[in-house]
Amino acid sequence: MEHRPEYILFDENTRAIIFNYQQNAIQRMLDFDYACNRERPSVACIVNPSRAGLHKAFFGPSEILIPMYRSLAEATEKHPNSDTLVNFASFRSAYPSSKEALSLPSIRSIAIIAEGVPEARARELAERAQAYNKWIIGPATVGGIVAGAFKIGNTAGTIDNIIASKLYRKGHVGFVSKSGGMSNEMYMTIAKHTDGLYEGYAVGGDKYPGSTLVAHLERMNSNPDIKMLVCLGEVGGEDEYDIIESMQAGRINKPLVIWVTGTCSKMFPAEVQFGHAGARADSTRETADAKNQALREAGAVVPESYDSFGTVIGETFAKLQAEGKVPEIQEPPVPRPPMDYAAALKTGVIRKPASFVCSVSDDRGEEVTYNKTPLSKLLKDNVGVGGVISRLWFQRELPSYAYRFIELVLQVVADHGPAVAGAHNTIVTSRAGKDLISSLVSGMLTIGPRFGGALDGAAQHFTYAYDNELKPLDFVKEMKAKGTNIQGIGHRIKSVQNPDIRVTLIKEFAKKHFPSTPILDYALDVEAITTSKRNNLILNVDGCIAVCFVDMMRTCGAFSPEESDEFIQMGALNGLFVLGRSIGLMAHYLDQKRLQQPLYRHPWDDIAFL
Amino acid sequence: MAQRGIREYHAKQLLAKFLPEFAPALNYEGLGVLVGPDTKMDKLAAEHPWLKRRKLVVKPDQLFGRRKKHGLLLLNAGFDDAKKWIKEHMKKTTTVGDVTGKLTHFLIEPMVQHKQEYYVAIRSNRGGDTVFFSQSGGVDIEENWDNVAELEVPILEDVDKPGLHRLVPEELGPQRELVINFIKGLIKFYRELHFTYLEINPFTFIEDKVVPLDLVARLDDTAGFECMDKWEGVEFPAPFGRTKSKDEAYVAELDSKSGASLKLTLLNPDGRIWLMVAGGGASVIYTDTVVDLGGTKELANYGEYSGDPSADLTREYATTILDLMTRKKADGGKALLIGGGIANFTDVAKTFTGIIDALKEYKEKLIEHQIKIFVRRGGPNFERGLELMRNLGAELGVPIEVFGPDAHMTTIVPLAMEALGLKEAQSGA
Repeated sequence: MEHRPEYILFDENTRAIIFNYQQNAIQRMLDFDYACNRERPSVACIVNPSRAGLHKAFFGPSEILIPMYRSLAEATEKHPNSDTLVNFASFRSAYPSSKEALSLPSIRSIAIIAEGVPEARARELAERAQAYNKWIIGPATVGGIVAGAFKIGNTAGTIDNIIASKLYRKGHVGFVSKSGGMSNEMYMTIAKHTDGLYEGYAVGGDKYPGSTLVAHLERMNSNPDIKMLVCLGEVGGEDEYDIIESMQAGRINKPLVIWVTGTCSKMFPAEVQFGHAGARADSTRETADAKNQALREAGAVVPESYDSFGTVIGETFAKLQAEGKVPEIQEPPVPRPPMDYAAALKTGVIRKPASFVCSVSDDRGEEVTYNKTPLSKLLKDNVGVGGVISRLWFQRELPSYAYRFIELVLQVVADHGPAVAGAHNTIVTSRAGKDLISSLVSGMLTIGPRFGGALDGAAQHFTYAYDNELKPLDFVKEMKAKGTNIQGIGHRIKSVQNPDIRVTLIKEFAKKHFPSTPILDYALDVEAITTSKRNNLILNVDGCIAVCFVDMMRTCGAFSPEESDEFIQMGALNGLFVLGRSIGLMAHYLDQKRLQQPLYRHPWDDIAFL
Repeated sequence: MAQRGIREYHAKQLLAKFLPEFAPALNYEGLGVLVGPDTKMDKLAAEHPWLKRRKLVVKPDQLFGRRKKHGLLLLNAGFDDAKKWIKEHMKKTTTVGDVTGKLTHFLIEPMVQHKQEYYVAIRSNRGGDTVFFSQSGGVDIEENWDNVAELEVPILEDVDKPGLHRLVPEELGPQRELVINFIKGLIKFYRELHFTYLEINPFTFIEDKVVPLDLVARLDDTAGFECMDKWEGVEFPAPFGRTKSKDEAYVAELDSKSGASLKLTLLNPDGRIWLMVAGGGASVIYTDTVVDLGGTKELANYGEYSGDPSADLTREYATTILDLMTRKKADGGKALLIGGGIANFTDVAKTFTGIIDALKEYKEKLIEHQIKIFVRRGGPNFERGLELMRNLGAELGVPIEVFGPDAHMTTIVPLAMEALGLKEAQSGA
């Protein structure tokens, strides 16, 4: 590993191991890296106890893959040059994972984010860190940042804030506080009143932080590039007295601007616990007023109140500048990191054509809508399967007789015995040990011009003839001349004398409910001619459904003639057969399984070998 | 939270339960009962026959000391006297020092005739635990602090023999080894159970039985997940005199049920300055600034919300404050400060959505009570959050002044105080 002075915790080459899969924090670190022009991203790898693999993240405009390991030991073995652990473990596991990290020789610094780590555990970690000459930042902190080089986790918030606070390049001011929330506020204050932050840390609001305010101040004091120190202390504890002692011993001799918050505590009943666990004065000595006064007497620059903190920081810095102690900064260009697509879209600065369109349903709101109608309303209105199909297939409401007609069709076509092509295939597939979907699809795939697919053809034939005002006899002649069977005419068994009850039911329904039935009437005229030639050339169930469906569409008032034709051409009618028959196919599948039918093998004697 | 006091009764029960493990040679009976407002005294006597057989000591057990000095100690009493004394004191409003509160819990123990009074205390510090010992314990310990010996036990080390021999002088004679054994066990007890403070003043020995007479203890409540079993039955009562109001209790309940942090302390319900500040650090600074600018008397509350609370939680929190604010009218109206620093990761717009819902609900009352609102906040998605607030002002017909991260964090404090006529407006330079 490259050699760094002791006073440098992190620099532009620091690469961290992230404990726990914190995707947002990782992306924020990488965004900062890119804004700082880092050569390599600051996240070396992730320890994710529940999954190993790769994590995809953005580094500027392009995507990178970050390795993910199950254990810290493996991560440090694979990344021996990563000396920093950003530990997002929960309060339960923060102690064991940090303790393990302290024992690993390659790790030098650990940031512990978790709140609620027991005091005894925090003290033990701090003690071990000191014994190993390692650094702990936290627990209960957001972390810290070295401007232009490295940032821990969520420190300093979003990239906009990083740019506004000029954290993408180094200034000459070092900062440390207990409060993580206030650290970000102070970075902005420092940016406004000085040439900017060099580095800043929040050590956390607990009683026993792993590293103390004074430890960081002394370390920063040794850094020749840090010209001035700023610190935000807090009521409770003795930490600020350690700072005074350090000033008196000469270990802190750079200008220190400091304010201890909690001056209000004197106005409160003694037992009020402020926001942080450590923020409670157990004696007069631990009050903010006492500490501010003692610091002032020791030679620190202490404002009158927080209100003038920024001003005093500015004055102290201006004095250093006037004395020529602060070198000029070469301002790099302000970075313009790429914006996240989602964020940019929200602000309205970009737009993009959608790759998909959909007018069927929408599940983005509280409740799914079927063509803009909430599902609960459809259920309440009791529109039935017919109503649902109307909305999803045709994007419109229809008269209720139309819903019932659709349901009638579905019921009529639901099944037609085991011998037909579809059911047969489903049965054979089911007996071959296949699953429901395979068996269903096997049956469905037989649906076409010879089996079940006659609906579309029948609708087209009769509609064509009717619309072109062909006389039924001329139509029959024309089809015969072409050598084409009229789709929807003819049945293997049924005849004039032995009518198909299904056809009768559909005809009756149409006659009773539809305003008029011109195509059905036309088809019956054609049937009269064909049955005079052979008595089984009747209007069959496919033909009857088809012509009635066209009549329903054309006469119900919800479709224009063009729309109605378009749906037929697209295959909507055939869809009704497929939908209805899938009920029967699934029945055959279940039936075979239930009856434990073995593999079907067709007998040789039923095959004519040629 | 962090260090919290526990009842003397519970601390002694813990000691009785664990001392055999940590100091096997010692014996502590741990006889004692806790009497609360609902305790049936006669049932208690049936369960603990010693109550009627022995002379008793009775004292309140509510996290305050110096009970003898305040006349709250009954000595050498029979069971009926104890019962009568407790009945007289139960639910009585009592002043202890400068704190006034209600007596609700009492500890009854057998009276122990003794000669020797020892003092022992353990206190945590960053590097370890300090043990204090004196052979002349008792009420005057602070006046006799010169006689108290100290022993530092570093955090990664166990206490050693030479150290204990320095702490406990030879003069104790035959009891010296008993005391050393006890203190050695007590240190283990203190550490294993995550105590942060433990004082027994005094304790004595009756033959080889240790008898702690008076005890004060604090536990680190963040260690609850490690000590669930060991701490079984231990309560963390509110400090004496700080009975939470209904509203404070409600916020405390919201706080305990979520990963986020929500705090509310009502200081002066008639105050005209109300704070609703995000962040543990920032909330203290806003409070400081009100006090620094001379607004102490008008400061109504201390509180904070942080840790990325959901919009629902912030709505509940805001509603609680708005409800408190609009109970009583004040001449010249009131100010609500919705403050905060520049957040690291809390979504400002999201948390503001909850606050805005609450403000909308209180629209009429806000107008009726002449409430002016001042907002300052930064952090993720702050632009949208501030815009929502600005639009809200027009919608509600309530004056709302809104500032972002460019403005100094506490800018809104002097502005609010000027608006209430509590501070002269700064003359524009």
